[in-house]
Amino acid sequence: MTKEKIYSLLDEVFQDVFDDEDIHVTSETTANDIEDWDSLEHINLVVAVEAKFGIKFNMNEVVSFQNVGEMVDVIVQRVGAK
Amino acid sequence: MKQFEYPFDADYLLSKKKRLKRELLAASDQFLEIKIAILGGSTTSDIRQILELFLLHHGIKPAFFESEYNRFYEDAVFGNPELDELKPDLVFIHTTYRNVRNFPALSDSSEAVQEKLETEFGRFRSVWEALEQKYHCTVIQNNFDFPFYRLLGSKDASDIHGRVNFLTRLNLKFAEYAESHSAFLVHDLNYLSAQYGLDRWHDESAWYLYKYALAVQAIPCLANSVANIIKALYGKNKKAFALDLDNTLWGGIVGDDGVEKLSLGQETAESEAFTAFQAYLKELQSLGILLNIDSKNEMCNALAGLEHPEGVLKQDDFIIIKANWAPKSQNLAEIAAALNIGIDSIVFVDDNPAEREIIRQTFPSVSAPELGTEPEKYIRILDRNGFFECVGISTEDLNKQQLYQENARRADLLNSFTNYDEYLRSLQMTARIEGFVPMYMQRIAQLTNKSNQFNLTTRRYTQAEIEAAAADPDCITLYGKLTDKFGDNGVVSVVIGHKRGDELDIVLWIMSCRVLKRDMEFAMMDALAAKCRAASVKTVYGYYYPTAKNGMVRDFYQLHGFTKISEDENGNTAWRLDIDSYQKQNRFINVED
Repeated sequence: MTKEKIYSLLDEVFQDVFDDEDIHVTSETTANDIEDWDSLEHINLVVAVEAKFGIKFNMNEVVSFQNVGEMVDVIVQRVGAK
Repeated sequence: MKQFEYPFDADYLLSKKKRLKRELLAASDQFLEIKIAILGGSTTSDIRQILELFLLHHGIKPAFFESEYNRFYEDAVFGNPELDELKPDLVFIHTTYRNVRNFPALSDSSEAVQEKLETEFGRFRSVWEALEQKYHCTVIQNNFDFPFYRLLGSKDASDIHGRVNFLTRLNLKFAEYAESHSAFLVHDLNYLSAQYGLDRWHDESAWYLYKYALAVQAIPCLANSVANIIKALYGKNKKAFALDLDNTLWGGIVGDDGVEKLSLGQETAESEAFTAFQAYLKELQSLGILLNIDSKNEMCNALAGLEHPEGVLKQDDFIIIKANWAPKSQNLAEIAAALNIGIDSIVFVDDNPAEREIIRQTFPSVSAPELGTEPEKYIRILDRNGFFECVGISTEDLNKQQLYQENARRADLLNSFTNYDEYLRSLQMTARIEGFVPMYMQRIAQLTNKSNQFNLTTRRYTQAEIEAAAADPDCITLYGKLTDKFGDNGVVSVVIGHKRGDELDIVLWIMSCRVLKRDMEFAMMDALAAKCRAASVKTVYGYYYPTAKNGMVRDFYQLHGFTKISEDENGNTAWRLDIDSYQKQNRFINVED
């Protein structure tokens, strides 16, 4: 899966979870960029990303993501390995 | 909405919950508003949000209080001003095995284990008693799921030191408490987690990361299960089936294959599955669910199929049989009209996806579950949907089949009279009308939640509220039970009035449509007037609040001699009656003292 494809699927996930069709994420996007992105929504986001890509993050990954780019790095590893 | 019927897509519901909420809110303007407190022993944020969706799907709009993380005990026992302010109608206590504090140690004596059991139970009981005392509300309490590992392996279940054993006994104590407290209901988390699969149910990372005591993907399953209890409490259970015949109740097409070729009985795996499905429907019938047929067939072929010697269901098991070539939606509407129930309380069961889709398009409020094509799966799909979630079995439910058959005989009798008064006289009706008595509290509460048409104010009551009204010296309560020569109709009418000095406000007046045009409302008004006189009430006020369903009682108070004193732009009206001027109205019912 190309990174472009991953980002476009992530856009769909973010748009669903935050119910905002104008959201487009980049590797630099963080929780500070999206108003409703609090710790509770973070759970939903993680679960929705896992469902979208058919993967499971481990605990350390979930707590270590600093921005969307780091999440994409893990997705690339997992999806590539499939 | 179909998305909320089993089998639902948990990931879809979780990721699109905000949009779904908007859509559900836009789909109706007739929600029943209730106040729910969620007291959690773990994180409950998504549980609240997904529960809200399932409740909206059932026509219930909740206002929530949600306790802070693991504050269920403190909020209940020591109180919380926000919770007080909400005055909950209902409290859901979401606790799991992770909230048990006093598990046995391997070195404990059996007395020590027993003491821990009592201590643990006592801690929960003090929560329930505090809530009961403060809010007189219904409490829904999870029982316990089993832990994700077992120190003793299988012996964990059979040794008193095992956690599985301890939780099983604790669950039984919860069940015992429920048996003696009608406003306390156990939500069976133990079964639900087993059904979901304990390996998937327990997600340790969800616990360590977010303090969710179950996998996030299991939340829709939990919410569905809890919402089913709540919707049942508020009278939103389904009441009847409209069943297809060919490839639904039996394998094969009776009109083409003939009765002897139908797949039914114990001969093949498939015929066993159809027979088991019929037996399942027969069990639901014993709970008061009405069975009806909506089939594209010649009537003679349909009836011949029901004569199949291996069939569990016979012609007599059905209230209404529609076997014809009319559109099924038309038959469905006629079944609802004949049974005098809302079309939204019918479950349409048909193996044909096209027929299901037409029904959904025509009547979005009718459930037409996705049966699939394998008869061995039918039971599971109906069961998991919780259409008939049971929150208390009343004798009314158990006798419902008989009630409807008696009604059919009354209809026959009516046809033999040309004068309606003569018909009423020939019914030899007797009624018992008095203040609420303990024996009927459950039925009275049920009636306040089920009656939509002959209902002046559409106020809903829980059993706890009914009991509170009965005990309140400033309330006049009446229930009416009607019997005639064909049988006992049971409790069919309920009235509640609030006293203000020598005035009375009628806050609830309902009657079951089962006894329409039988003069029962006149007998009830006579009894109310007598009670008012005995209580020195001089003036009675009646209120009518229009809904989509209660147009039939718009002029009710006028008919009973009240004078209209106000009407607002929404059609809400208020009425006054001077008790001294009231004259007895009932002519046909013998009222027992």
